[in-house]
Amino acid sequence: MSSVTPYLVLSAILFTIGCTGVLIRRNAIVVFMCVELMLNAANLALVAFSRLHGNLDGQVTAFFVMVVAAAEVVIGLAIIMTIFRTRRSASVDDASLLKW
Amino acid sequence: MTATYVILAPVTILAALGILVVRRAVHAALLLAVVMIGLAMLYASLDAPFLFAVQIVVYTGAILMLFLFVLMLVGVDASDSVVETIRGHRVASLFGGLLLGVILLLAIGQLSLGTMKGLAQANAGGNIPALANQLFSRYVVAFEATSALLITAAIGAMVLAHRERLEPRPSQAELARRRVKQYGEQGLHLGPLPPPGTFARHNAVDTPALLPDGSHASNSVPSTLGRELEGKK
Repeated sequence: MSSVTPYLVLSAILFTIGCTGVLIRRNAIVVFMCVELMLNAANLALVAFSRLHGNLDGQVTAFFVMVVAAAEVVIGLAIIMTIFRTRRSASVDDASLLKW
Repeated sequence: MTATYVILAPVTILAALGILVVRRAVHAALLLAVVMIGLAMLYASLDAPFLFAVQIVVYTGAILMLFLFVLMLVGVDASDSVVETIRGHRVASLFGGLLLGVILLLAIGQLSLGTMKGLAQANAGGNIPALANQLFSRYVVAFEATSALLITAAIGAMVLAHRERLEPRPSQAELARRRVKQYGEQGLHLGPLPPPGTFARHNAVDTPALLPDGSHASNSVPSTLGRELEGKK
């Protein structure tokens, strides 16, 4: 049987890329895609651990993460659309009215 | 390390890095699709055929379709501004990201996790029946909670996307009157816009019509392309 470490390394790299993307990109939709990337990286780790321990708890959790991600995308994109409608921009810098 | 991993890991990482660098949001969405499909194949190689199917259907099917749909509504040319609003922000974020990566990888390097037990025993009666057993016994409360979550999300999206029409829809006569008024006051062209491809070498919708002097008529193609033509001039 193979080792779980390579999958964890891939998961960590994808999570890091997603995190960096959230910090760097200014387009709200791309920021959102990077959030999805982080969720997927976590899912990969869950599935790999599920195989490491030989039970299905990890896979069930990954399934729940996917459901929550789907709900989150629907609401997030609706919010981005609403902001775009009022400000004519999808940049995260332009929605700054609540800034102190 | 399996052959699937050796092939898919570099592809996935390169595509994910691409999301960081590409300027256009549509390209980022397509690269995200590559990452999702790569992860789906990795799930298949990790004895998770159900998650493989769900990943393809939910992520590359539903979620990415939603992303592209919203991109088309927002405007495909909505690309990142190059201007930094906070000075040194980009360098600082890159440094922070690198730091996180190093910490995570070091932590993984410290672990000794042993070899995988494999899911042969757990998946004995098939992966999907085994998952269903877990889902409807141990995790049934969480499962019911997700149904409430999905309904809330659907209603929330409907409420957010709903818009009341504040003024009545302009009738055709009114539109015609407005056009003639604009013609009289600002000298705007009264007739329809030139169709794409007129006098050009072919008549694809992205081929601008040619004006008598041989230059492109940028208002004969969709506005995104037209703006690009303006930029090229």
